[in-house]
Amino acid sequence: MTPRVTVAIAVRVLTQLRRDHRTLAMLLVLPCLLQALLWWIFQDTPLVFDRIGPALLAIFPFFVMFLVTSITTLRERSGGTLERLFTMPMGRLDFLGGYALAFGAVAAVQAALAAGVAIGLLDLDLRGPDVLLVVVGVADAVLGTALGLFVSAFARTEFQAVQFLPAVVVPQILLCGLIVPRDRLPQVLEAVANVLPLTWAVDAMEHLATTTRTGEVWRDVGIVVAFALAALALGAATLRRRTD
Amino acid sequence: MMNSVVAIEGLRVVRGGRPVLDGLDVAIGPGVTGLLGPSGCGKSTLLRSIVGVQRVAAGAVTVLGEPAGSRPLRERVGYQTQSASMYDDLTVLENLRFFARVLGLPPPAAEEALAAVDLGGHRDGVVGRLSGGQRSRVGLAVALLGAPDLLVLDEPTVGLDPVLRRDLWALFHRIADAGTAVLVSSHVMDEAERCDALLLMRAGRIIAHGTPAEIKESQGAADIESAFLALVEQGDAA
Repeated sequence: MTPRVTVAIAVRVLTQLRRDHRTLAMLLVLPCLLQALLWWIFQDTPLVFDRIGPALLAIFPFFVMFLVTSITTLRERSGGTLERLFTMPMGRLDFLGGYALAFGAVAAVQAALAAGVAIGLLDLDLRGPDVLLVVVGVADAVLGTALGLFVSAFARTEFQAVQFLPAVVVPQILLCGLIVPRDRLPQVLEAVANVLPLTWAVDAMEHLATTTRTGEVWRDVGIVVAFALAALALGAATLRRRTD
Repeated sequence: MMNSVVAIEGLRVVRGGRPVLDGLDVAIGPGVTGLLGPSGCGKSTLLRSIVGVQRVAAGAVTVLGEPAGSRPLRERVGYQTQSASMYDDLTVLENLRFFARVLGLPPPAAEEALAAVDLGGHRDGVVGRLSGGQRSRVGLAVALLGAPDLLVLDEPTVGLDPVLRRDLWALFHRIADAGTAVLVSSHVMDEAERCDALLLMRAGRIIAHGTPAEIKESQGAADIESAFLALVEQGDAA
């Protein structure tokens, strides 16, 4: 891994994003708007919003980063740029690290904006420190980026890549405790939920919402980061200098 | 050949269970070498093996005295894939600056490469909006970054207008005169005359190797296309 190359890739990915106003809006504004929509839906039952709001703050960065990363890396694979980079002094970890760095930075802004809107404008009731909300958001985003990088290896077209969203992301949203609290799920599903990364991201947000203690939050962040690192390692295994 | 830039021995590449190259031997020297053959004959596979991104079943590919794709070669070999292989949403200069950074070159390197392909006027144009010929030249500029010792270009002149093709071939010769070996593939036989040396390829095999004059003379043919046909007929009869 060469820091010069990693940073070059991160800067290039961010430059591309800056050019693409629609994607940038999707990354930064959409989570805030959806949060506001939810607040409106539960206007007469604010207790429900207090329960679901934090979970959504965990889900958005994961969902959006997964989508954006799986498509952009698929483009690198099919457009020949990855092949060109592999004839240059670039290591696999430079590529993965560059993407994680760039989207991690975007995620920090996204999480800060979404949390600002939720707490400042929508009166989301949070017991834990606000800063941790951003930390959890960034960890979730890096997780989404890492999983997106990994699954992009199994798609041939952008059409296929989008189909990984219902296959990989939606089951995690259904099981993470958003719809039914985990301890009220059938036992088998609870066991499945416990080994899915998004569950721990949502768990972290729920702890932040309900208690001032931060021990559990850091433990959850650790679990999410471990999942992200594992997905990056799997992603590295799918990036090959020599292909057929 | 003592001074060969690329030396290939017994190269075997299998794709989808079918051998694309099977025991290929060839040595490529300095100057402009054309790799000519019909679409699907294995040209791209051979070029990808030389730059070290092709999975190889057997054989040895040595480039500038080092194994193909090895670490020291990654600053010394410039490669342009069949597609332009650039970021369409970035400007010409942003693309070049990015690849220059990956190569560890100072910022002026991007401007120099741009000047070499005569595209300075389009430096701030977004690559996705350029014409085919301009894109091809930006791709070439990226391959030229850092003054490589070997330039490998996969069909850089396909679909371009004749004037532009002539200009590009003139550029390849200027690059070769400056000391960089240039290997260019094409499926257009009339580009053969523009090369110092030729490799004619068909169905995964090199069927002729020499200067255009040598190949024509050996077959008593007036042009390379006729020589190619004569070689194919001999091969089919044998």
